[in-house]
Amino acid sequence: MEIFVQQVVSGLATGGIYGSVALALVMIYQATDVVNFAQGEMAMFSTYLAWSMLNAGVPYWAAFFATLAVAFVGGLAIERVVIRPVENAPVLTIVIVCIGLLVILNSVAGWLYSYIQKPFPSPFPAKPFKIGDIFFGAHDLGALGVTLLVLVVLYVFFRYTTLGLAMRAAAQNPVSSRLCGIRVGWMLALGWGFAALVGAVAGMMIAPIVFLDPNMMSGILIYAFASATLGGFTSPGGAVLGGLIVGVTENLVGTYVRFIGTELKLTVALAMILIVLLVRPSGLFGRVAVHRV
Amino acid sequence: MALLEVADLEARYGWTKVLHGIRFAVEDGGITTILGANGAGKTTTLRAVCGMVRTAGEIRFDGARIAGRATEDIVRLGIAHVPEGRGTFMQLTVEENLRLGAYARRATGAPARDLARIYDYFPVLGERRSQTAGSLSGGEQQMLAVGRALMLRPRLLLLDEPSLGLAPLVAREIFRIVRAINREERVSILLVEQNVATALDLADHAYLLETGRVVVSGPSAELRRDDAIRRSYLGY
Ligand SMILES: Nc1ncnc2c1ncn2[C@@H]1O[C@H](COP(=O)(O)OP(=O)(O)O)[C@@H](O)[C@H]1O
Ligand SMILES: [Mg+2]
Repeated sequence: MEIFVQQVVSGLATGGIYGSVALALVMIYQATDVVNFAQGEMAMFSTYLAWSMLNAGVPYWAAFFATLAVAFVGGLAIERVVIRPVENAPVLTIVIVCIGLLVILNSVAGWLYSYIQKPFPSPFPAKPFKIGDIFFGAHDLGALGVTLLVLVVLYVFFRYTTLGLAMRAAAQNPVSSRLCGIRVGWMLALGWGFAALVGAVAGMMIAPIVFLDPNMMSGILIYAFASATLGGFTSPGGAVLGGLIVGVTENLVGTYVRFIGTELKLTVALAMILIVLLVRPSGLFGRVAVHRV
Repeated sequence: MALLEVADLEARYGWTKVLHGIRFAVEDGGITTILGANGAGKTTTLRAVCGMVRTAGEIRFDGARIAGRATEDIVRLGIAHVPEGRGTFMQLTVEENLRLGAYARRATGAPARDLARIYDYFPVLGERRSQTAGSLSGGEQQMLAVGRALMLRPRLLLLDEPSLGLAPLVAREIFRIVRAINREERVSILLVEQNVATALDLADHAYLLETGRVVVSGPSAELRRDDAIRRSYLGY
């Protein structure tokens, strides 16, 4: 029982991280119909920035928030400079641009920081945390808390502010949005900024668990795809919930199904993608895409 | 003085030219209607005014040239457009749709008062304010589109076939409100409408388009007496 509860909680912690990356994917997908394959590398790069600042002696939370700011501006700049010129190109073109971005970010990180794994600190105590009779990893609980906080802030922003409303409008109906005076191009860029910010949080929360290296996010991205697919690529809330489900399932299967262990965990994510796509392609919460012909 | 003055207006989609140099005006505080068969270029004319298609020629709003400017900027001058197809934000609530209408003037806005005014005009929108707009009927979505445009507190309102697909009673209600907006709030109106009799009743000036050219124009009272128009559009 104790192991079960511990595994569920640590599954929720990593699941929250998968969910945030999935949310970042969904945000961009809803606005532009494009899956941003570079999402993981953007998060990885942000995490290296945080690492540099921490290495230079900046206190953790100062580095954390500075990284968020840089990630936001970076995401915005990537949209304006790299994506904007191909905005109206066929989807395949944009996908290829994203993959190019992935490769560039990965190799620049490798060149700047080398491919050797680095430890990344957690802002939370190393000592396990006792609730009732059960011990929990403090980083697990902390990461889950940080992730949920970010999600709540995003929710409030999109639900209750005029700018958040305008961003949702621009993603749904660009033509009508322009007629309301909304600068649609900037809204898409802001979407990239927020996606990069969410990714940066995810990177800084996962790095203490998986160690920091340029390929750190490739596995996470697969889990995020599984989460977004499970939740339906059109539902932000579904993506987060999908992440939590994937995280917990991954942990429980790894713990209780002997032959899977830790080595085959990624296969579980891929199997989930396949099963969802076969059984319910719109995911648990997504809308079925209607394409006019 | 004319609030909107258009001269030598051409518009094209890709290589196809759809408007071949048209001229018309909307008086300050007036209602102008553009008539014509399907495909004549009425929708394109409205799109041209708010910069949604490529154009050549002169478009003046309140004396200033607006041709070639971005739609977002034209809207900020106080030109609201109720587009063909209504332009509903289907997944947003009715109230969110309306708030978006006020987006361009949010620095000066008091949306609560504006919302109350729209709900006054269209009580059914008030009743459904927290439903998603996609769940509204066609007539209600048309009201929503008009309401969204009014949230801008526009000086000029472009209406593209506001009665299309509506039950006669609902259509009459929409026209009653259009007239009220024009009279009480002095909003000038450029109306595209398939119901020619109603359009000529409402408007002070009318223009008849045929394949991208103005073929008849003048005060609506005159057009109502025009034999060609009577025969082809009014049916008597
Ligand atoms: N998006 C478009 N792309 C290409 N041609 C178009 C487009 N919209 C309209 N047209 C063409 O332009 C002409 C005028 O259309 P439109 O302005 O919609 O006419 P109306 O509103 O009077 O029915 C038509 O021949 C139509 O086929
Ligand atoms: Mg039309």
